[in-house]
Amino acid sequence: MIDDSKPIFMQISELIENDIISGTLPEESQVPSTNEFAAFYRINPATAAKGINRLVEEGLLYKKRGIGMFVAQGAPAKLRSSRREHFAKQFVTPLTAEAAKLGIEMDELIAMIKSTSAG
Amino acid sequence: MSETPAITTRDLAKTYKDVRALDGVSLNLAPNRIYGLLGRNGAGKTTLMSILTGQNFADRGTAEIFGHTPFEHDPTLARLCFIRESQKYPDDFKVRQAFSAAAIFFENWNEQLAQDLVKAFNLPLNRRIKKLSRGQLSAVGVIIGMASRAEITFFDEPYLGLDAVARQIFYDRLVEDFAQHPRTIVLSSHLIDEVANLLEHVIVIDQGRIIIDSEAEDLQGAAVTVTGSAQKVEEFIAGYPVIHRDALGSLASISIRARLTAEQRARAQILGLELSPVSLQQLVVRSTLSSQSDREQTTERQAIK
Repeated sequence: MIDDSKPIFMQISELIENDIISGTLPEESQVPSTNEFAAFYRINPATAAKGINRLVEEGLLYKKRGIGMFVAQGAPAKLRSSRREHFAKQFVTPLTAEAAKLGIEMDELIAMIKSTSAG
Repeated sequence: MSETPAITTRDLAKTYKDVRALDGVSLNLAPNRIYGLLGRNGAGKTTLMSILTGQNFADRGTAEIFGHTPFEHDPTLARLCFIRESQKYPDDFKVRQAFSAAAIFFENWNEQLAQDLVKAFNLPLNRRIKKLSRGQLSAVGVIIGMASRAEITFFDEPYLGLDAVARQIFYDRLVEDFAQHPRTIVLSSHLIDEVANLLEHVIVIDQGRIIIDSEAEDLQGAAVTVTGSAQKVEEFIAGYPVIHRDALGSLASISIRARLTAEQRARAQILGLELSPVSLQQLVVRSTLSSQSDREQTTERQAIK
């Protein structure tokens, strides 16, 4: 849901991006309208529109006149590759920092990751 | 933006006896947006809205609504709706009659919307206004404000006595109706966290002066509270504008104005610091307090001179 960590329009873009990556919104599927987002998240419709338009500018969504917004072909792949670039900064750096703080050795950390993903 | 602003004020000032209610207020409000007018009691919100709706006049400065002075200008006043915190209606009126009167006055009045809202708020149409509870009276104001669909609608703390459920109905219906029928809405509220997500632009007034006039998105995530060992917190926040400081023994919790990058967040984690977002409400409270202490210090300094 919406929180105070960053501008709401960015959170709306990210929510849609997550749904595209997870397959909840497959290629060529219709995205909820600006007003549906506004009503659901109780936010200003202009803010919702800004979040959606950002994805249109990036070519992840496209507009069908008079019908609505749709997920573009190739959007999931495009998102996955850009998310990968951020993965190290966003997840690995904090993980290794916390591990170092607790005195967890690199081998031990790798073993933990392996056992978590196996489980 | 080349379109005519909905509201423009230049250096507006108003003094009541020895109280400066407004002190050089200059604003520009674009049409078809939702504005939040925030501030403490007595900050000047109601005075500003009264002047903008022609119900009061300024000692100095100008106020224009769609390019016209509102005071005694009927065509402009017909485009406005102002719902006060303690909105007065003729005592003998029944609720139904208050709505009929509003329907005559406001040319964009939407009867269907009014009826829907009456149902939503469960309002007794045949009861006399003076017999209504505080919350029901507020509901009458909210319904008139929304169903008027005026080009500019001012809601001045419209929720007195409305419970959390009723307030949520108000916010939900406002978003829904605004989406279909965009117009300029100025919402004055103490319950900042409740309305924060509805606002596109935030104006904070304190002791008659504008201390924040920003797009909502520029305020969201614009400040962060850093908590941890005092020495490390100080090290981390060096160079950023500080909004607020709290200390507890060797611990410090300091709010700064900053948008941190992923690297900075990682660095905070390495230092063992905790980061938490500052909500709009906290930001407004902190800014108001710091503007007041700045002013006190200035006054002290002037006194010393």
